[in-house]
Amino acid sequence: MSGVLVVIEDRADKISRISWEAVAAGQKLATSLGLPLSAAVIGPQTESLAAETSTKFSGRVLRVEHPLLAHYTADGFTLALFQLIQSKAPTYVVLPHTYQVRDYAPALAARLNEVLVSDVVAISDGPVFTRQLLQGRLSGNYRHTGSGPCLVSVQAGAFRADAAASGSAEVTVFTPTIEAAQIRTKPGEPFRGSSQTVDLGSAQLIVSVGRGIKEAENLPLVQELATALGAELAASRPICDNGWLPMERQVGSSGQSVAPKLYLAVGISGAIQHLVGMKASQCVVAINKDPDAPIFEIADYGIIGDLFEVVPALTEAIKAAKG
Amino acid sequence: MKIIVAIKQVPDRDAQVRIDAAGKWIDETDLQYALNESDAYALEEALQLKEKHGGEVIVVSAGPERVGQTLREALAKGADRGIHIEADDLGQRDALGVARLLAAAVRPESPDLLLTGLQSEDLGLGQTGVIVAELLNLPHSTLILHVEVEGADGPQAQIKVKRELEEGWFQTIELPAPAVLTIQSGGNKLRYATLMGIKRAKMKEVRRVTAAELAVDSAPVVQLDRVTLPQKQKSTQILSGTAKEAAAALVEKLKFEVRVI
Repeated sequence: MSGVLVVIEDRADKISRISWEAVAAGQKLATSLGLPLSAAVIGPQTESLAAETSTKFSGRVLRVEHPLLAHYTADGFTLALFQLIQSKAPTYVVLPHTYQVRDYAPALAARLNEVLVSDVVAISDGPVFTRQLLQGRLSGNYRHTGSGPCLVSVQAGAFRADAAASGSAEVTVFTPTIEAAQIRTKPGEPFRGSSQTVDLGSAQLIVSVGRGIKEAENLPLVQELATALGAELAASRPICDNGWLPMERQVGSSGQSVAPKLYLAVGISGAIQHLVGMKASQCVVAINKDPDAPIFEIADYGIIGDLFEVVPALTEAIKAAKG
Repeated sequence: MKIIVAIKQVPDRDAQVRIDAAGKWIDETDLQYALNESDAYALEEALQLKEKHGGEVIVVSAGPERVGQTLREALAKGADRGIHIEADDLGQRDALGVARLLAAAVRPESPDLLLTGLQSEDLGLGQTGVIVAELLNLPHSTLILHVEVEGADGPQAQIKVKRELEEGWFQTIELPAPAVLTIQSGGNKLRYATLMGIKRAKMKEVRRVTAAELAVDSAPVVQLDRVTLPQKQKSTQILSGTAKEAAAALVEKLKFEVRVI
């Protein structure tokens, strides 16, 4: 088979949203290149996942099944997918850019003497794969020149999941050969961090602070703005990494995902890890001294200036407006 | 235990970046460079493991002459020695090509642990550590916030790591040494170099090895063709004027259009 193979990932036995987005990306590639599309589901038993896939997918569904795939391990998944790719010889392999894929796909590609084109945000004719550079400040167009399969992982939210066509799929089982001794890591059960007491996910108004605040001592400035507005205070990763605010206030891929009516970003440049956590916000306002900061790419309103001047002025203006 | 930390020199976060004339990369003239942030956390984790278990921390980095500065800074923070893979053509190599250089330089050292940051701030591929693990045939784990080693002195050291998952979840993973771990930022508090450390760093060994001497395959299978400015997803209305004027204009918008005041 030459074609496009999409690797599907599940969360609690349901196909994750980003996997449907990967299907949409795969479909786009398959259509533009006139290639057949197939999808792989992976696990110890994949009947229900395959059934769920077939409802929204026309093409072939491959059930990659093995008892040693019950828990995710990089070794298990790399072995299974390596054998699947060797057997089916797809031209393109599309994966969702998740923490799990980031853990094994670079090794899988290397085993094939290939390189994963990671975190792709757009695919255009060629095919040309666009991904972000320098924390979103620039874009890079990549081309695959190798002779083997081209592996691509797509960023969350970059492709529309509802673009995946519905249909009926032919389902087959693929059984990889895996020995227990080949799996070198022992994964434990996932656990939650400190008990979550702040639910940013349901907040209507959020004031979020980033590296631009410079020092922990300056945080009250932003807290006052949040209080004046009646908003929850949130932060980008570096602020929580430094211990200036608790981890539970972090917005982004490793923190909480939010969708408030207003997201006011103060001194946040807008690295992709942050944007994926807040780009569903209805209105984004950015205050930043750098006019090229990527946050302005998704902002509805922007103030280019020194936050140490703008934020106090804004707090005053909001207090005055509220009387 | 012997710990190697692979570090990368990247454009400083606050540096102004411009696309170069050929549209292939950024203009590197007068560019300020710094140690990649998650690599700094990888170095910190290594230094703390050494303080606990003894041994040696070696930093390795690939790149042109200027990379020597970043290696010295790592030595000043407490690394024992450095390996500089001299290469002026990193831009022409893909992730596999760069990982091959690192793997070839690391292999003769036979480390117990190889640490690196999970992602670079410039290319952001997030793959180097995992590919090096594959090339060295070592087990690996990624997005690590904390590392514990049991039986560090024995022949069968066991590593226990705290791995970050998405949306506030974590996982503990056990794997045997030697292993490769990619470190997420925020697991530790970064140290600064002391004056004594800076002084000592000057005496420490940095072994230079050229990319040519490592004799690895450098033909890329993935190429960065063109660098462009990102496309705007929304048309941003910029509110200009003094801080006071801009703030007043924003309050108007928040009141009458966004309707949150």
